[in-house]
Amino acid sequence: VKGTRVRFGVRRLRRVAVQLVFLVAIGGMVAWLGSNLSANLRRLGFSTDYSFLSQPAGFDIAGSDFDSSSTVLEAMRVGTRNTIQASAVGIVLATALGLTVGICRLSPNWLLRRLGTMFVETFRNVPVLVIILFMYLAVVLKFPPIEQPLRPLGLAVVSNRGIWLPAPLRGFVPLVSVLVLGAVVAAVVTAALARRGARRRGLAGGGILLVALIAAWASAGAGLSVPQQAGRVVTGGIRVQAGMVALVAGLVLYTSTHIGELVRASIQAVPKGQGEAAEALGLSSSQRLRLVVIPQALRIMVPPLANQYLNLTKNSSLGVAVGFAELTLVTRVATSSASPAPQAISVLMGVYLALSLLIAAATNLLNRRLLAAGQR
Amino acid sequence: MTSAATVAQAPPPVRRERIMRGPVDTVVTVVLAALLAWVAWRTARFVFVTGDWEIIRVNLTNLLVGLFPRGALWRPMVGLVASVLALAFGVGATRPIPTGPRPPAPTGRAWLSAVSPAWPLLLLVGVLLGLTRSPVPVVALAWLALGATAAWAAGRRVPRRKAPWAIVGAVLVIAAAAGLLVSFGGPGPEAMGGLLLTLWLALAGILLSFPFGVLLALGRRSELPAVRLVSAAYIELTRGVPLVALLFMGAFVIPLLLPPRPDPLGTVSRALASIVLFTAAYVAEIVRGGLQSVPSGQVDAALAVGLPPLTATRLIVLPQALRAVIPPLVGQFITLFKDTSLVVTIGLLDLLGMTTSLSAQPQFLGSDLQAETLAFASLLYWVGAYSMSRASRRLEARLGVGGR
Repeated sequence: VKGTRVRFGVRRLRRVAVQLVFLVAIGGMVAWLGSNLSANLRRLGFSTDYSFLSQPAGFDIAGSDFDSSSTVLEAMRVGTRNTIQASAVGIVLATALGLTVGICRLSPNWLLRRLGTMFVETFRNVPVLVIILFMYLAVVLKFPPIEQPLRPLGLAVVSNRGIWLPAPLRGFVPLVSVLVLGAVVAAVVTAALARRGARRRGLAGGGILLVALIAAWASAGAGLSVPQQAGRVVTGGIRVQAGMVALVAGLVLYTSTHIGELVRASIQAVPKGQGEAAEALGLSSSQRLRLVVIPQALRIMVPPLANQYLNLTKNSSLGVAVGFAELTLVTRVATSSASPAPQAISVLMGVYLALSLLIAAATNLLNRRLLAAGQR
Repeated sequence: MTSAATVAQAPPPVRRERIMRGPVDTVVTVVLAALLAWVAWRTARFVFVTGDWEIIRVNLTNLLVGLFPRGALWRPMVGLVASVLALAFGVGATRPIPTGPRPPAPTGRAWLSAVSPAWPLLLLVGVLLGLTRSPVPVVALAWLALGATAAWAAGRRVPRRKAPWAIVGAVLVIAAAAGLLVSFGGPGPEAMGGLLLTLWLALAGILLSFPFGVLLALGRRSELPAVRLVSAAYIELTRGVPLVALLFMGAFVIPLLLPPRPDPLGTVSRALASIVLFTAAYVAEIVRGGLQSVPSGQVDAALAVGLPPLTATRLIVLPQALRAVIPPLVGQFITLFKDTSLVVTIGLLDLLGMTTSLSAQPQFLGSDLQAETLAFASLLYWVGAYSMSRASRRLEARLGVGGR
């Protein structure tokens, strides 16, 4: 007994020693790299802290009211806003297209299924940057010049300098925030009614959503601002820069193939017996999908879907290749003007990490709600 | 991605009545057929009528190898031939692991099932034939295919017991082929460009990141909290940032992290370093999945017969884990093959970088041929990625992973 106790002590000592050696090795390497870094920065005349963030930027950002006398921090804020805008629009559109493609691939119509397969196999096997560059150089830049733009339905202005879309009179911010608020209220009320076992809770939720929709419309100005073009000037509407059109189009085409495959695989992964049992109980085909198949497919789908959203957000950094001033391009321009590269790139990585964590947290929350009680 | 592919099952068998069943179905079918015909017509018109393919024909060598010294072109060629033969030999030597009743042999249209896996490659050969208007590349490729078939047949004759050695040999030959490019007086990675650079970054990236990834995966499952924490932090932080940010770091920060010396690493090597740092985190997660798939009873049994823990990991856990992760690793390689195109953001001339720089050539200045050049690059990427993903699905079936 005594012998084992001694050996146990030796083992614990060895564990501690191994970890200490490991940490010292890692710490030593980091310290060595850090001392090289600060020596090199000083040699090249760069600052070794983050004071560059409060310096004037010295460059302009196309398509925004940012001017070169504002600080680098302000430039990165504009870049982050553009990154979030492109990612958010991309996520919504890619989900819509991906759902469509995934359902097409399960359709009983042979031709529809085949077209879905063709779409997926075409865009999945080409690098997303190639798609984005193709969209930019061979599609968006080939749109007609701003003097003779396309006017689809008279509602939008399409030119090689960008696309102008009709927008709510007071912009999208009040519209979206009121809608989100309404959706949250509707979800809370429906959940509360469900706890009390109230019938017609769906009706109540729908009613709240309808009210929210009307309120959102009113708060956004209750009208549309349609872009008007005269010569080289476009007034009204909302401008989407040429780079953003190409970036979002490329991201959506590429990511929707992955989402489509996810949707298809998740629906197919629901055991067949579930659908057959629902049929045997006499549920209609829409009830079978809505109440039995889709809830189970969603549970399988959400974690990998979150991964695709993360990928899309990270891939939005490819705006750097098409001149869209998202965060990566802003950082690139800042480092080539006066900002020290290591610190600027660390800020860039920090923002992407924060965005990744945000998306991961949101989808985890959704996932926990979707999981059945026994699976938590 | 790969998990989606493995879960996916073959669509239900075609039934002819399903395209004209009821009015809605008929309308959908007619509209789709019209759409398809329009797309096909536009594509055919672009390829055969409006497209100007002179720019590709003139620059074919540039697209394939970039500015690689023309006097050293024999190196990639010898390397390519050796790799293809070794790969065919290795594939021939791997036996499918019997996992129950064999699938019934395909009946009818046997020639179709023999040709259909290769149709993207045949398409590529056709495009090359049309572009060069010379039989030389096609004849060379035919010889290569013949040689590969012979090597495959030779691989089939390797007895089952010696098959692992045949596979190790094939891997060594491929590594030697890569070495021929960068050492023995070769021009080195900095001289590479075009498709050669793309393949170099993808191959060297996956091979170099593999040991690093295995170590990270083991570290993440270690009993020592310090090791576990550092590994997990590295993996999660790396997976949270885009590759472009890491490439920027490689291009602008790595030189600052090293003692001041004139250009300690070339731009290609720094890009490769970023790719390895990035891919290692993904490889680590794949390997971790494999480690988790090994039943804990295996470790218990190994420890019970008296193996020390490290030996148990090396001899019992890792071989089973690594076999399970071959298909997702191939998937990661395909992703990397596509992702190497991001090096254009730091100004490297890989296949995509070469493609976009072609229109700056004096004789093509202002001729506006971006659609043509990008279409050709897309075709090369597409054939590569599509063929590899189909091959990996076959490999998955062959290894019987998940089938046991």
